[in-house]
Amino acid sequence: MSGGIYDRLAAAVRAERPVALATVVSGPGTGGKLLVAPDEEPLGTLGNPDLDRVVARDALGELAAGTTGIRHYGERGEAREATVAVFIESFAPPPRMFVFGAVDFTAALVKVAKVLGYRVTVCDAREVFATRTRFPEADEVVVDWPHRLLDRVGPTLTPRDVICVLTHDAKFDVPALSAALRTEAGYIGAMGSRRTHADRTRRLREAGVDQAGLDRIRSPIGLDIGARTPEETAVSICAEIIADRNGRTDVRPLRTTEGPIHGPAGPALTGR
Amino acid sequence: MRDLLDDIDTWRSEGVGVAIARVVDLEGSGPREPGAAMAVNERGEVAGSVSGGCVEGAVVTEALEVLRTGERKVVSFGYSDDEAFAVGLTCGGTIHLYLEPLDW
Repeated sequence: MSGGIYDRLAAAVRAERPVALATVVSGPGTGGKLLVAPDEEPLGTLGNPDLDRVVARDALGELAAGTTGIRHYGERGEAREATVAVFIESFAPPPRMFVFGAVDFTAALVKVAKVLGYRVTVCDAREVFATRTRFPEADEVVVDWPHRLLDRVGPTLTPRDVICVLTHDAKFDVPALSAALRTEAGYIGAMGSRRTHADRTRRLREAGVDQAGLDRIRSPIGLDIGARTPEETAVSICAEIIADRNGRTDVRPLRTTEGPIHGPAGPALTGR
Repeated sequence: MRDLLDDIDTWRSEGVGVAIARVVDLEGSGPREPGAAMAVNERGEVAGSVSGGCVEGAVVTEALEVLRTGERKVVSFGYSDDEAFAVGLTCGGTIHLYLEPLDW
């Protein structure tokens, strides 16, 4: 065994730096480990330099996709052989949630999102509302116009990330949603009554958003569970985010459905 | 693994041996995905979980064995219809766990 791998792994996970750990779980060299991170020399060995090279490449792929699982190789990393089983575990940084609008619903949504493992940013242009004291659980509170924040961080968003627009004020919503649609965020939702939704849809069209863009926005945000309080609404929103991620487009009680209960094993929403 | 780090650090600073069990593969229905992990120290204390509570007891036994022998191994748990008291997942799936001492 190579010493020091656990410490490096723990440090990277704590610092939310992407890292993957490959472990030989059966075959020659069982227990061998390789710690792989983007732009770094791998640490450790699986027992053969060729195998190390192939697995390091595959581990970076798994890490980019946020997936974890077993891969089989020959002793020297040959494909289509299965002498060695290597468990590749991705420790991707937590997915991000951007909540626009510093309202009561925001505080509740931040809480639920933290339970699910998101790194949460609250953003509002109004300095008196966007304060740390009002959102102690948020990882970051930004005073700025949502679309300006998105212009800065938008290019770094991935399909694991989500954007929730809770301002329900057209002058913030429309530029925020237009900017959100230019990102690769996997979920974009906007709060508002049926009337707000209709008015906002019209304004978005006028701002040049096409039908595909409008279809991408979950509006009114959340699942239809009759939520009323901020906390209930937060659960409704997060439930929709989970359902979307798992491709559950027609959500119903499990007792009225058949088939697998758990979503497909894929990129985990939460940190493990 | 993320949620085990603090406990593992505490145990290691106390000089207590630690074994780690990780879900490496899953067939059929299962409550936790590959990567779910559980740490067991030589006093039998536990952090984390690898199922919905179905197999954790048996994993502790296996982990203590791993700490005693230093041997790494894959252990599988599946649903068993005819053995009412056998350890298994009630959800009908099979999970494969890899256990090893934390000596790396």
